[in-house]
Amino acid sequence: MNTAAPASMNHRMEFIIGGLLRAGVVFSGSVVFLGGLVYLSRHGLETVDYRVFQGEPEGLCHVGGIVKNALAMHGRGLIQLGLLLLIATPLARVALSLFAFAYQRDKLYVAVTLFVLGVLIYSLLCR
Amino acid sequence: MNVLILTILIGLGSSVAGYLGSLTGLGGGFIIIPMLTLAFGVDIRYAIGTSLIAVIATSSGAAAAYVREGFSNIRIGMFLEIATTAGAVVGAFLALRLPTHAIAVIFGLVLMNSAYLSGRPQDESGRTQVSDRFAALLKMNGAYPTPHGPKSYGVRSVPAGFGLMAIAGVLSGLLGIGSGAVKVLAMDQAMRLPFKVSTATSNFMIGVTAAASAGIYLNKGYIDPVLTMPVVLGVLIGSMLGARHLFGAETRKLRTIFGAVIVVLAAEMIYSGLKGWIIK
Repeated sequence: MNTAAPASMNHRMEFIIGGLLRAGVVFSGSVVFLGGLVYLSRHGLETVDYRVFQGEPEGLCHVGGIVKNALAMHGRGLIQLGLLLLIATPLARVALSLFAFAYQRDKLYVAVTLFVLGVLIYSLLCR
Repeated sequence: MNVLILTILIGLGSSVAGYLGSLTGLGGGFIIIPMLTLAFGVDIRYAIGTSLIAVIATSSGAAAAYVREGFSNIRIGMFLEIATTAGAVVGAFLALRLPTHAIAVIFGLVLMNSAYLSGRPQDESGRTQVSDRFAALLKMNGAYPTPHGPKSYGVRSVPAGFGLMAIAGVLSGLLGIGSGAVKVLAMDQAMRLPFKVSTATSNFMIGVTAAASAGIYLNKGYIDPVLTMPVVLGVLIGSMLGARHLFGAETRKLRTIFGAVIVVLAAEMIYSGLKGWIIK
């Protein structure tokens, strides 16, 4: 029994992680799509120029501003929220692995996972 | 060209990139950046930000399928992500400081190298079922499904793989690519993992690696929602179709074709980078 447990646990973990990734991608993709429809219906016939790099406005760069813009149903804000959710999907996957390794009392991999999670959170919140 | 037409064209190109990227395990970034900069004249900084997001989408979408098929090795992936995420943060900060023409040239060179790596014949010799001590300590050995039932494998040379992964991370953050070729090289050649396990685990890791630099790109204003939207959606659809065809696909033949396309794109990137550098 004891030798079989980790294998089935790994398999269950793989299954849950697969489901999480799929859900994250489908959900964030839907938000991006919705935002795209909103934006194109209002601005579809305008012209854009990406030849010159200008950088995005403040409201589309940081978590707080993006959420505010999306709640106001701005097309670009919604798209950006979807992209933010997409970036958060691997983060959620790592967080889930953390619980799975903790459940298996695998201290080594809990430490490994904590490091990776820390880097991801730093990158998302750094200014 | 108005936004609507541009969106449709970029969306179509991106679905093809996503399909090929996930099928070959090299990631869609390799085609997205040359496509945006060379065909649509997009500034390479926007292209990199966009590509990173696309890379996350490709990887997560395809990894969802691979993980359930049992090819990915989650422990190996997680351990090596220490190297790739740390490298990706370094790469992203490097990208903020380097001139864009230099990035274009580096991109072309890396692309050439990846084409070379993926064009090489697969060497499945030297595979072992026994892990070396370090790998055993890290509980890295595993098994993968074959038509004749599960087949177990061992793991070797973890430090060499780890070092290559750090390089893969820097390249990913600097160039906005998944650097799947270097990841596969680390696992397939250095750590002696079976080819399909390398490819699937690489795909599994790419999303986390790209997310580590995407956050920085987002905060610095390199990710434009209107440009990224068709790329992400196109790549997602393409990569889901690609993942469905992986099991039993003729990967070698495909890689050769893909490699040839990459060489042409790489030469274009280097040429345009050098031209901009000199003329500017």
